[in-house]
Amino acid sequence: MIVFEKPKSLTDAQLHYCPGCTHGIIHRLVAQAIDNLGIEGKTIGVAPVGCAVMAYNYFTCDMVEAAHGRAPAVATGLKRSMPENVIFTYQGDGDLASIGMAETVHAATRNENITVIFVNNAIYGMTGGQMAPTSLPGQVTQTSPYGRDVTTAGYPVKVSEMLATLDGPEYIARVAVNNVKNVKAAQKAIQKAFENQINGKGFSLIEVVSSCPTNWGMTPDAALQWVEDKMIPYYPLGVYKDRSAKEDK
Amino acid sequence: MAEKVLMKGNEAIAEAAIRAGCKHYFGYPITPQTEIAAYMAKRMPKIGGTFLQAESEISAINMVYGVSGSGKRVMTSSSSPGVSLKQEGISYIAGSDLPALIVNVQRGGPGLGGIQPSQSDYFQATKGGGHGDYHLIVLTPASVQEMADMTILAFDLADKYRMPAMLLADGTMGQMMEPVELPEPDDIKVYEKPWAVTGTGKKRQHNIINSLYLDPEELEKTNFERYERYKTIEENEARYESFMMDDADYCVVAFGIAARVSKNAVIAARKEGIKVGMIRPITVWPFPKKPLAEAADKVKGFLSVELSMGQMIEDIKLATECKKKVELCNRVGGMIPSPEQVLESIKKLAGGND
Amino acid sequence: MTTQLLIAGFGGQGVLFAGKFIAYNGLLEGRQLSWLPSYGPEMRGGTANCSVILSDEPVGSPIVSKPDILIAMNLPSLDKYEDAVVPGGMIFVDSTLIERKIKRTDVKVFYVPATGLANDIGLPTLANMIMVGKFIKESGAVSTNNVESTLKKVVSARKANLLDMNLKAIECGLNLEG
Repeated sequence: MIVFEKPKSLTDAQLHYCPGCTHGIIHRLVAQAIDNLGIEGKTIGVAPVGCAVMAYNYFTCDMVEAAHGRAPAVATGLKRSMPENVIFTYQGDGDLASIGMAETVHAATRNENITVIFVNNAIYGMTGGQMAPTSLPGQVTQTSPYGRDVTTAGYPVKVSEMLATLDGPEYIARVAVNNVKNVKAAQKAIQKAFENQINGKGFSLIEVVSSCPTNWGMTPDAALQWVEDKMIPYYPLGVYKDRSAKEDK
Repeated sequence: MAEKVLMKGNEAIAEAAIRAGCKHYFGYPITPQTEIAAYMAKRMPKIGGTFLQAESEISAINMVYGVSGSGKRVMTSSSSPGVSLKQEGISYIAGSDLPALIVNVQRGGPGLGGIQPSQSDYFQATKGGGHGDYHLIVLTPASVQEMADMTILAFDLADKYRMPAMLLADGTMGQMMEPVELPEPDDIKVYEKPWAVTGTGKKRQHNIINSLYLDPEELEKTNFERYERYKTIEENEARYESFMMDDADYCVVAFGIAARVSKNAVIAARKEGIKVGMIRPITVWPFPKKPLAEAADKVKGFLSVELSMGQMIEDIKLATECKKKVELCNRVGGMIPSPEQVLESIKKLAGGND
Repeated sequence: MTTQLLIAGFGGQGVLFAGKFIAYNGLLEGRQLSWLPSYGPEMRGGTANCSVILSDEPVGSPIVSKPDILIAMNLPSLDKYEDAVVPGGMIFVDSTLIERKIKRTDVKVFYVPATGLANDIGLPTLANMIMVGKFIKESGAVSTNNVESTLKKVVSARKANLLDMNLKAIECGLNLEG
């Protein structure tokens, strides 16, 4: 009896992510959702610039590599030309909330019928640990060596809260992958974000609070604890917008 | 033969694009090309296509990248400052070997510049424009008819060679009306695109649209391969028009609106007994090097007429290996040389040799 | 034969439309032609002009810098372009809006109180087409036969009443003596 297996929508390629990085978990959750919904053959993923840049090697569906921050625009082009296909983007915090903020906000406000997986680990990982738009106040990074000083570097961007103020998007939720309970909730939310697209409901974004042991300078365990102690209090988990649920009531 | 209609150059591009099977347009308003967006906004919803006014030029070109990845014909249009913004996306499109049409209805620069016609994006268009080694196929229409015809040609060449093509027009070409005979839809070629991301259907390995190669040897290989393709294009696709060159002692070189003005000047000079002709590059990449090299063996000098500080003149000097002198006749900033100014320059060029 | 025409006035006077009408008229006669507008940030009130070239040969430069015929709809336009008209050319002046006379003696001048006439016949926005009527009559650049069929090309079918109004204005110009 098989009790555990790799989702079919993941390739056999070995992930390049650092030990303890939660990208692997999130990849798995996305692939599991694709498997569960039986949409592997018609799904096209858009990879970002950042740690997940080579996500195109890990998913068995067709993939497009986008320029930094432009994934929602690329996904818009793909979806508009192939409305029957399922299009998702997989983006980090620098990609989605800094250089690609305009693309994110406008895809959301157009209620573009795509699924956005937003991995928030409060740091630029690939380039070696610089301050991200979501780095916490006081957080020490390579480019905030004395801790993020909100008087000069401003405050973190709360993407889910901000996008939920728009009339456009269908579904905005924040989840985490720091423990089994949260992973299970994340799985459900991610699958719902894909289902929404299949049902023509529109823009769904799942913000996944994630960790970066390497650039946070912590062991994987300590990093997951930091998610619980520091990240989640600043970025509370939950559903920020669910238009259909609201309409059903 | 189809009936001739009177259309603005910008509108002719839009209508021809639709007839070429382009059902997806993404743009952002900027003078003097806005008629293209306006035309698309009206027509696309009626043919089940996409018109999307993007949040920026950057987004528009990345939407183009997405559609192109799906294998469908797609275009964007803008004018100089907006085309600068698109360069990032154009580099990705070129680096991923995707076809697309980018229209630049040029205006004066640099910076915000002006809104009057210009040809000062020549370097940007012909030498790549964004980062990295790449080219676009660049067509330079000189009439409203050519705005329509070259739109279709650009789509075909882009598909044929899997690379972005640019229509390099200017404010005059975009705004002017001339009679145009629109091409009939059944002439449109269809290209197989097995590389497109349309969903694997679980029947094939996944396709990946990508320009990232972390292994330098692999990246070098893709660049070499791409330049092999460019070589074929340079050999087969350089286009030009030759006017009164058979017995010419002097050769004017000009494209687009500058060629229209220069034609008047060439005719006037001939009436004054000066044996002058004109080579009008229709593609500026690939640049028509061969006819210019041949002309260099026959004529005494060249005159480059440009709406720039002298950009194409460098390609003329390279093509002719500086065998003969090449003079510049130009106006910039939105000004257009008059036929009289070009005639004076021709006389000066001819006088200098006698 | 080639006719280089420049029509100039304020934005909103229908300068571009007048040019478009003349261009379409040429098209129906199978002439070669070009129509080139000035374009700028002002939609109303600024200066507007358009170059129209009608020819039996392919049109070279579409820019008219030395017009055979100038239609001046306001004083700044006359001031700007009077000297550019080729010797032996024609100038049509809206004499309601332009009080001064032409300084040139080597051109043929038609003073047309177009704006006043347009008001008189109840078509205050169509002074441009009265000028067009006079232009057709005096210049011989286009024939008088295609006025109605041209209007059908340039006036939207949904605005049939506009067609009649334009026709009336053009006829007013065509019938002007002197």
